[in-house]
Amino acid sequence: MVAAALQLHDVRKSFGRTSIINGVNLSIGAGERHAIIGPNGAGKSTLFNLISGRFGVTSGRIDLNGESINGLEPEIINRKGLSRSFQITNIFPRMSVYENVRCAVLWSQGYKYSFWHRVDGLKSVRERTEDVVERIGMAKRRDRLAGVLTYAEQRALEIGVTIACGASVILLDEPTAGMSRSETDDAVNLIRKVTEGKTLVMVEHDMSVVFGLADRISVLVYGEVIATGTPEEIRASKAVQEAYLGTEQH
Amino acid sequence: MRPVLHMRRLLVWGGAALVFIVLPLIFKQSFALSMLSQMGIAIIFALSYNMLLGQTGLLSFGHAVYFGLGAFFCAHALNFIGAGKLAFPVTLVPLIGGAAGLFFGLILGFVTTRRAGTPFAMISLGIAEMVAASALMFTSFFGGEGGIATNRTVGKAFLGVSYGPQIQVYYLIAGWCLLAMILMFALTRTPLGRMANAVRDNPERAKFVGYNTTRVRWIMMSLASCFAGIAGGLAAINYEIVTAETLGVVASGNVVLMAFIGGIGHFWGPIIGAVLVTLLQSALSNYTQAWLLYFGLFFLVIIMFSPGGIANLVTVHKPVWAAGLAKRLVPSYAIAAGAGVVMLAGFFAMIEMIYHYEAKESATKDFSFFGLTLDPTMAQYWVGAAIVFLIGVGLIAFAKRRVAGAWDEITPEMQRKGTV
Repeated sequence: MVAAALQLHDVRKSFGRTSIINGVNLSIGAGERHAIIGPNGAGKSTLFNLISGRFGVTSGRIDLNGESINGLEPEIINRKGLSRSFQITNIFPRMSVYENVRCAVLWSQGYKYSFWHRVDGLKSVRERTEDVVERIGMAKRRDRLAGVLTYAEQRALEIGVTIACGASVILLDEPTAGMSRSETDDAVNLIRKVTEGKTLVMVEHDMSVVFGLADRISVLVYGEVIATGTPEEIRASKAVQEAYLGTEQH
Repeated sequence: MRPVLHMRRLLVWGGAALVFIVLPLIFKQSFALSMLSQMGIAIIFALSYNMLLGQTGLLSFGHAVYFGLGAFFCAHALNFIGAGKLAFPVTLVPLIGGAAGLFFGLILGFVTTRRAGTPFAMISLGIAEMVAASALMFTSFFGGEGGIATNRTVGKAFLGVSYGPQIQVYYLIAGWCLLAMILMFALTRTPLGRMANAVRDNPERAKFVGYNTTRVRWIMMSLASCFAGIAGGLAAINYEIVTAETLGVVASGNVVLMAFIGGIGHFWGPIIGAVLVTLLQSALSNYTQAWLLYFGLFFLVIIMFSPGGIANLVTVHKPVWAAGLAKRLVPSYAIAAGAGVVMLAGFFAMIEMIYHYEAKESATKDFSFFGLTLDPTMAQYWVGAAIVFLIGVGLIAFAKRRVAGAWDEITPEMQRKGTV
């Protein structure tokens, strides 16, 4: 098996007495496209929040590229090469598309808290930003304010902001939620294109997206992974059918 | 495209420099000159405040702390220079204020910027009260009630510049003001400046693109405090006295008003605010003792009718201007202005009558009001003022519809011309 990019060892999370994540073990190889599915309230978004450092784990360990990231702040985890998107669009609404992407590029290009560089004059930042804006198909909309974009455009920008820092592990939280069929197809193509050669972990409800994109799938039910495997294995799994697909089978 | 932009910016700063140079040649009275000096200081202070509020989203109620500390350090520095204990050109003394502001901004900001939003506002207020209280306790440094007096002419005169005459102090302030404006503007165009906006708009997302939001706030606060300290240093030179009031909560509140009145959403908004507030405070207080009331009402009106401040009024009309439709708004605006004058005349008359009725010092209570003699002990004057006020209110309601109608008319045309 390839070296694990992301590894979860017996990760648990409870809020007060309510236990949301009950001992998740997961190993996601470098370059793998991994989907996490499960019914509402299974803890998928919570799991993302734990991995990305938004919440701290109650117990267990999370390793990024073989190194523990337990208890680290989100920005530190981001600098170590993990970037995430949000289920509810989370961008900078009063900035243009270009500026949104640029905000995500600045740190990785080494400009950090600089107040002695003119931001428009930074060649590497400009090139990287233009490249990302181009890749998410927003070159013509680059000077639009993010807050006035259409929903699908905002979702594309969300992905752009997520990949702009060049992270090797990308977490996408329901990237196609609320999209029409054709918008979903565009989003899938975009995701496939921009995560080329990267490790992708995504939470997704749309089964056609999941089975079309993912190399492997994990099924999360009540805070536990009940099955992990290739799409074929998951489709064939009795446990999954009973717990999850059974109720929604087409 | 880029060289053109540079050219424009150069013209703007060059124009600003020209205005600074020419103003005292037009307004020669000593009263005007000291007001212009005060404006320059206020501009730096208000712009530095907007680095917090407008650019980073930090509502501080204690920004005068850094202004005041800068002023005290500069007053002491001038006294040291005077006593021969320090060799430092007076021209550069504001740098000492900036260093003091930066130092205390780093220390106090480390505590205050741990939180944003309302907790930040409350902590900043607490620190302001704490420093103001310390100012009265540690009298050797702050001079107690009397403050620290100093002398700005302690340096050796260089090419005739001794900082004795106010005009020389004015040009010193103008020079520092221009420099500070350029630097603060440049800061908005740096990675830190852009990330300050990002942290203001969406701190959570800023974290997930690799930024420590506390660090961004802290650095911005320290730099803002540095500029506030420079302004404070200029105040020490200008007034030659620094008292505890300089760093008090009233002074901190004043800069909030300047920023809001001018508009926090634009870089140049606080400049308008600083100029206007200084003007109102010095000019209005010459005419009426009720000026603070009028000032407060003015602030309320701005916040209610143009929450983005005066700068926002300008931006709202930019597309109208660009579409060449400005003259279509003129009639309705003229009616509104007339209505406003009528309403305010009635209102001011009543306020002044109350004020003069309350005033105990004079035997007769009648007073002159724009050439009319009003007597608050006679009912007919009250009735008259009330009628004028009510007519004004009615006219305003009428004017409001006219203005709305004019906007409705031009909006489709602007959309067609693509200026909105």
